[in-house]
Formats: sequence, structure tokens, C-alpha cells
Amino acid sequence: MNNEGVDQSKRQFLTTALTVVGAVGTGYLAVPFLAQMQPSVKAMAAGAPVEVDLSKMETGQLIRVAWRGKPVWVLNRTPEVLETLKTLDSELRDPQSLESIQPASSKNAGRSIKPEIFVAVGLCTHLGCSPTFRPEVAPPDLGDKWKGGFFCPCHGSWFDLAGRVYQGVPAPTNLEIPPYRYVTDTLLIVGEPAEGESA
Amino acid sequence: MKSSRLTACGEWVLDRFPLASLWKDHMTHYYAPKNFNFWYFFGSLALLVLVNQFITGILLTMNYKPDAKLAFDSVEYIMRDVSWGWLVRYMHSTGASAFFIVVYLHMFRGIMYGSFKQPRELIWIFGMLIFVALMAEAFMGYLLPWGQMSYWGAQVIISLFSAIPVIGDDLSLWIRGDYVISDATLNRFFAFHVIAVPLVLVMLVFMHIVALHEVGSNNPDGIDIKKVKDANGVPLDGIPFHPYYTVKDLVGVGVFLIFFATVIFYMPEMGGYFLEHANFIPADPMKTPEHIAPVWYFTPFYAILRAIPDKFAGVIGMGGAIVVLFLLPWLDRNPVRSIRYRGGIYKKALALFVISFIALGYLGTQPATPVATNVARVFTVIYFGFFLLMPLYTRWEKTKPVPERVTVELSLEEQLPALIEAFEEITEVAPEPVEDGSHHAFRSVFFSRRPNPEGMRNVATRLAKKLKESLD
Repeated sequence: MNNEGVDQSKRQFLTTALTVVGAVGTGYLAVPFLAQMQPSVKAMAAGAPVEVDLSKMETGQLIRVAWRGKPVWVLNRTPEVLETLKTLDSELRDPQSLESIQPASSKNAGRSIKPEIFVAVGLCTHLGCSPTFRPEVAPPDLGDKWKGGFFCPCHGSWFDLAGRVYQGVPAPTNLEIPPYRYVTDTLLIVGEPAEGESA
Repeated sequence: MKSSRLTACGEWVLDRFPLASLWKDHMTHYYAPKNFNFWYFFGSLALLVLVNQFITGILLTMNYKPDAKLAFDSVEYIMRDVSWGWLVRYMHSTGASAFFIVVYLHMFRGIMYGSFKQPRELIWIFGMLIFVALMAEAFMGYLLPWGQMSYWGAQVIISLFSAIPVIGDDLSLWIRGDYVISDATLNRFFAFHVIAVPLVLVMLVFMHIVALHEVGSNNPDGIDIKKVKDANGVPLDGIPFHPYYTVKDLVGVGVFLIFFATVIFYMPEMGGYFLEHANFIPADPMKTPEHIAPVWYFTPFYAILRAIPDKFAGVIGMGGAIVVLFLLPWLDRNPVRSIRYRGGIYKKALALFVISFIALGYLGTQPATPVATNVARVFTVIYFGFFLLMPLYTRWEKTKPVPERVTVELSLEEQLPALIEAFEEITEVAPEPVEDGSHHAFRSVFFSRRPNPEGMRNVATRLAKKLKESLD
């Protein structure tokens, strides 16, 4: 073959142009391929609010409901528990819930709309295990410092009965509080924002 | 003339495909060092287990249903109603654990004899990539039975990604394909487990072996056998891989299969270590089991994750424990490969590393009590210390002279006289027994001797001295 008179710069231009066009095409194709793994429209639409009837709840009782596939706890706290919660601030990582996720109506000392009824997403903010409800004070396995709360068996995170995380445990923030509102005094809806809040 | 037609057929193929030269280059004329020992079985065993996983895995997919509503029941269906389904499933689940046992021993061999060092860095890198792919494969496979441990294990591991700043939450959402572990997650993990990752694994194994055959195998002496060759260019300390090592590996396969079959038939769950008890309960998104732990092969890394009391730092620690292994060829500054000729400081460091790896593995199976967490922190420091201080202590090392040619270890048969001597030293001849009419067999050499405390002390002292010497 005769290689004389080959315009190298033209060849280089064609090679570069072809590479760029190919890369752009691959990039465009990557978008649907990667986006295909995002939650589907159906998955995004699922997540209807759930109603919780509080009329039969006893003091100190915890009930679990499923909302968007996640466990949501509704706890009826005793007056003693509410007293204890006030004394824990110095041991907590975020006692005022400044870094944590909750609707404005629950951004208060007890992290709830009504002081005694506590609602939270029952998944540890560390790696998503569902902590166990341990209301007893100073059980043998958790020691004298335990004032009642939620204990994550996976990685040993401690939360008090307002879902606030203790210092020195792996979980970074307090338990998440979902949006919820009271329809009547004894009926609440998880998944709908309280009055005056946006969704 | 039948044979000539057959030959002609063979010729036809050989003219079109380099079968003969492939066989020659990689089997009959691939020279491996003649001093391979026990530790050199695990490479071929890993390949055997890979084949086992492929065959049993394909059979399992014929009856398994990757659907959150059907998955758990379909596994039970395989176990109870499919002919020999229990065998195939136990071969697959035991194979997963066997894979990690074999691979961990294979990796330890590499660390012990310096097989990762120049010019075998790429073999080590490909091997590490195989290890990572294997972990991904095992993790995604463990979700498929859709038991409680499947569900919550996946929940924890995917949440690890959410610890990454900025993109973490979107990334874990993308991996799950839903806001929680759900049918979408199960279905895609099935796709990865049976198609994507196995393909990657096969390609990596291929590259691992191609790289190995390019530079040749290391050996327990860490010597380059290509330096001393005969007139034909064959290494004097090398023997053809086939038939010598194919036959030797067959013995290893036989012994391995005895253990493998024992587990499959008598202890397929291995007391909750190979198949965890909580996984016999269907997945319940509302309730985490009281005590969750990953399968044993992940527990050392899991213990590191738990030991660090910060979410992001914990994830970094866990990932870092694997990343440092990749860097091994550049952390070890000592040119001597084999542990046999390395300094005492490296031998002690390696011993500490093995202890910390096993201890972390144990702690990872236990609940996270404050004491256990503190112990795990100490071992985490040792684990990372082994790697990160390596550039320092491998420089101070006082190595021994490396021989020119490979050394040959005594065989078991050759060690027998020494063993008999030791037996005679730790025992003494008992006084003549009273004639009580017992069978003569009871008055044989073995039964006429009784323990000799002084001899035992002597042998123990000698052994201790030898052990101390070997650590210097």
C-alpha cells in the first residue's frame, strides 16, 4: 500500500471525532440503563398513609404499623418516662434534634405532637435494623446506665424513649419521625403532614 | 482404517484451533516448582468449588422463584419436594462457605510465601478482585432465600452505602430499587447473582491464571526457578504441571471432598454458621431478629465496622480492611519473598495478624456488648497495624540468606524415625505386668510403656526452643 501523502492530522481528527461521537452515544445509552434500576413509578406511588387507632392503647404500650414497607412505632409513654426524658440531655448526641429528621410539629423536647404519644420510624439511623423496645430500667444485659429506650441489637446503638441517640454509639442521628397528624383525639394518620405543615 | 479417519478428524480441528499448543503451554510444558507443599492445593480447590457452585446454582434456578411472595416457599419446595433438591441446595450453600475457607487459605499462602511480590503483583490484584466479586456474589446470594437474616443482612449492607457523603442516600436507593428492601431488590439481586457476577468471576479467574502462567508460580522458598535452567531451557527445579501436579491435586481433591461431603450430609447448617437459624423464618420487614450476624466469612470485616463508633468512619474502616490488602505488594518493602528466610519481626507480625483476623471473625458472630466492642477495637488496631506499619518494620527486618535452589522438605515417612524416638523418650517401659491372662495384644510394645514425666519435659523444652528459634 502506498502510504505516501497520508494526511496524519486528518486521520487524527477523524479518530478523535469518532471517539467523541462514540463516547457521547455510550453516555446517552448509559442513562436509561442506569435509570432502569431506580425505583419504578409503582414503587414511588406505593406508600399510602395509614390510620392508627389509639382508643384501645394502654399506657406504656407500643404498637407497630407498616408504612411504606417500614415499621412505624406508636408508643404511649408513661408520666415517669416523660420525667426521665428531661434528665438525659447530657448523655445524648443531639438532645434538641437539630441534626435529625422530624416534622416541625415534632421538633420539641419529647419529639411528638402530644407529649405521651410518640411516633417514630422504627429503623436505626445507623444501618437500618429495627431496634428492640426495652422500656425496663437497668436490665442486667444493658447495665445500670439504661433508663429505658430502644436498643439496636445489630450494632449496639442506644436511643431513649423519644428516639434520641446516646453518645458513643454508631448511630449518627435520632430516629426519624414520620409526618403524621391527628384526625380525632384517638385516631392518627401516619404519612400525612400535620396542619400548617407542607408535605 | 478407522483410526486414521479419527486422526484426520483431529488434524482438521488442530489446523483450525491451537488445542495442542494450549495443552502443551499450560499443562505438559508449564513448569511448576517441584517443592509445592500442602498450601498449594487451594488454588485448584477454589476452581473445583467454583465449578460446583456453577452446576448446583444452575440446577437451583430451575426451581427457585425470585419473587418476594414466592422465594421463601420455593426454597422449602426445593428442600422437600424436588428430587434430590436438598442435596443440590446443601452443596450450593456449603460450597459458598467452602469457597471462602479455600480462598482465605489460598490468600494466606500468598502472604506467607510472598507470592504477591514482584513480578506477581498483578496476579495478586486479580486475585483480590476475585475476592471482592466473591463477596458480592455471596452477599447477593444470601438474600435469595428471603429469610429473616437474608432481609436484615441486606438492609444493613445496603445501608452501608448510605453512609457515603452527598450521594449515599441516592446510591442506596438506586441499589435497592425501592425505599426498603423489597421484591425489586430481590429480583435484581437474582439477576446479579446468576448472571452478572459469575461472568465477571470467570473473566477474572481467566486473567488470574493467564498472569500466573506468564511469570510462573512462586514456591515455599520464594525462589525464581527460571534462573537455573538445563540445556533445553527447562528449569532444573521445575516439573511439568501435568501429570505431576494434576495427579497431586487429585489427592487434594479427594481429601477435600471427604470433608465437603461430611458437612453436606451430617452438618449442612454447621451449627448456624453456614446457614443461620434466623434464616428459617420468612423475612419480616417489621422486626429485626434479636441477634443478627453475617455469615462467618464476613464477620472479621463486620467486627471492624461495629468497633468504630461512627457511621461513616465505620464504613471506611470496613472498606479499608479490604483496600489495604490490594496495596500489599507496595507496603511490603522487603525483597525476600518466603517467610522461611524473613526476619523474626515479620513472622511475629504475621502471627499477630492471623490471631486478630480470627478473633475479629469470632467477635463478629457475637452480640455487641461493651466489652466485646473494646476487644474488637484492639484487634482492629492490630489488623491495620500489620499493614500500615509494614513499610517501616519490613525495612528493619534481618533476613536470612536465601538459597540458590529450592529446598526439599522431609516427607512424613522420613520423619517417622524421629517420631518413634520422641515416643520412646516421653514413655518408659513399665515393670513386668502381673500374669492376669489378658490377651497378648495388651502386652505389646505400646501397652507395656507408661508416660515418663522427665522425658516429656525434655521433649517439651526442645519443642519450645525450636518454636522460638523458628520465630527469630
